[in-house]
Amino acid sequence: MTNSPTATLERVSHLPSGHYRFVDLLRSEWTKLRTVRSSWWTLGVTVLLGIGISALVTAETRAHWSSMGPGDKLSFDPVSTSLIGLFLCQFAIGTLGALVVSAEYSTGTIRATLSAAPRRPAVVVAKATVYGVVAFVVSEFVSFASFFLGQFLLSSPARHATLSSPGALRAVFGGGLFVAVLGLVAFGIATIIRHTAGSIIAFVGILLVLPLIVQALPSSLSLNIRRFLPDRIGIDILSATKAFPNAFSPWAGMLILCLYAFVLISVGTVLMVRRDA
Amino acid sequence: MIEAKGLTKHYGAKHAVEQLSFTVRPGAVTGFLGPNGSGKSTTMRMIMGLDTPTAGDATIHGQHFHDLRWPLREVGALLEAKAIHPGRSARAHLTMLAQTNHIPGSRVETLIDMVGLTDVASKRAGKFSLGMGQRLGIAAALLGDPETLLFDEPVNGLDPDGIRWVRNLLKGLAKEGRTVFVSSHLMSEMALTADEVVIIGKGKLISQISIDELLAQSSESFVRVRSPQGPALKQALEQMGAVVVVEDDGSLSVRGANEVAIGELAASIPVVLHELAPQTASLEEAFMLLTEDSIEYHGSQAPDSKGVSS
Ligand SMILES: Nc1ncnc2c1ncn2[C@@H]1O[C@H](COP(=O)(O)OP(=O)(O)OP(=O)(O)O)[C@@H](O)[C@H]1O
Ligand SMILES: [Mg+2]
Repeated sequence: MTNSPTATLERVSHLPSGHYRFVDLLRSEWTKLRTVRSSWWTLGVTVLLGIGISALVTAETRAHWSSMGPGDKLSFDPVSTSLIGLFLCQFAIGTLGALVVSAEYSTGTIRATLSAAPRRPAVVVAKATVYGVVAFVVSEFVSFASFFLGQFLLSSPARHATLSSPGALRAVFGGGLFVAVLGLVAFGIATIIRHTAGSIIAFVGILLVLPLIVQALPSSLSLNIRRFLPDRIGIDILSATKAFPNAFSPWAGMLILCLYAFVLISVGTVLMVRRDA
Repeated sequence: MIEAKGLTKHYGAKHAVEQLSFTVRPGAVTGFLGPNGSGKSTTMRMIMGLDTPTAGDATIHGQHFHDLRWPLREVGALLEAKAIHPGRSARAHLTMLAQTNHIPGSRVETLIDMVGLTDVASKRAGKFSLGMGQRLGIAAALLGDPETLLFDEPVNGLDPDGIRWVRNLLKGLAKEGRTVFVSSHLMSEMALTADEVVIIGKGKLISQISIDELLAQSSESFVRVRSPQGPALKQALEQMGAVVVVEDDGSLSVRGANEVAIGELAASIPVVLHELAPQTASLEEAFMLLTEDSIEYHGSQAPDSKGVSS
């Protein structure tokens, strides 16, 4: 090492034609995602929590089916019950969504990233794409696995469903998509806030605290606002039947959620272009 | 080639860099010298397009960093603050960087070997010592085999062997015709490494000068002479055209005559000499003199130490 330090350096004197490409940024972001433990932790928790809670709740329902009142039995929705774990794993997926952005800032990796690829919007889009695909695949896996395991655990005499039951496929597929898009909302929040704790608090606040605040408003107002809240949109998507009056149709709700993610990420990107790294 | 033109950065009311213009040419190591807080790191971040200048411009081969086609293959940088995820291995860090600019994985292995991280390449970077982290940063800078290199205090945390290694590396890179810009707050280190220095203080340019010139300028040299027959010697020296100052301790500071001439003169009078010592201001002193008025953070100085010469 103390002998000629550049001896091993081969000179690549001319540059390749063109310029650095988006697919290479995708490859790089994929490497980043899979080479830190926190990704595997959060994804592991997503799967365990999602499927685990769904299994627990459905098994519990089956065990107490005979003692349930006729009204409860009638209003029982086997589809949404088996997907109940998604409401917990959304926090784990969201945490990962925030982390893939905020960890770049907290560790300073962002400076290495932008020294290699200075076009910031391209970096954000590549990162969001890789994270979004991973979140989508994992969420769909959790959703379908929860559904099948849940229906298996419910069994007769408890009411249960199959994928061909009315609204079931939409709820199961939509549920996975809902969690993934919600992850992108957390991602968008983190591009704006840049700090891990702050981003996660904001994300959890939107899901848990905001509904309480809205509920405290006068009912005419609160009813109109609540249908725009992500948690309501989620319930609406996960249920095979209409969950509450004045809810958006499931796909309209999904579109609104996508819009939230898009706006947050766009604002974050504009801020990123303006701010010093 | 790196060019800064009127580069200015204000953080709120703080004027970190002010109207800074300089040129870093290829084929030489250019030192970037300035006391703590003088704006070296800020300037480098602006060159790298990380911080947006308040005014002015920094270009690399006439291009803004943002417009480079293959940034990592054109410019490599080791910046001041750690830019590595502590949970990621050295290999993963270099791989994800290489991928952005379509640099083959074999290049990553070459660099890992070159900087001497072979044994720890799969370990989490958070467990690295300061020196190992610095080596990883240097590997990242060299990943794309770039023509232009920026190093912000690269010898920070390195042992003497590591310092020598970096020094040789920088010189080697410059010898290959690359543009090498390296910051430091130690003149002595730059004197050994750099061919030229850009000196700043409080964000402003003080001087851009070659090390040789600086040495010549700064060797504000004189000869200290001590003799029991001081006044007689002083008279003889002045007749010879030298400038003589009698110091408080009775010794003579002679300018305009070297130790050989003074010795011979003394023998010819004859005068007894007790001391005949040529004095040269070190580069470090020259640097201190240059930046004296622009030190950002003075150490607190005990009042009674004032005026005591070092
Ligand atoms: N992001 C920032 N926000 C506010 N002030 C800053 C910021 N970055 C730097 N400064 C200030 O700008 C000045 C220049 O800082 P800089 O880090 O560039 O100096 P430096 O020459 O690299 O110092 P050192 O030798 O200590 O590394 C300092 O006074 C610093 O406090
Ligand atoms: Mg600095």
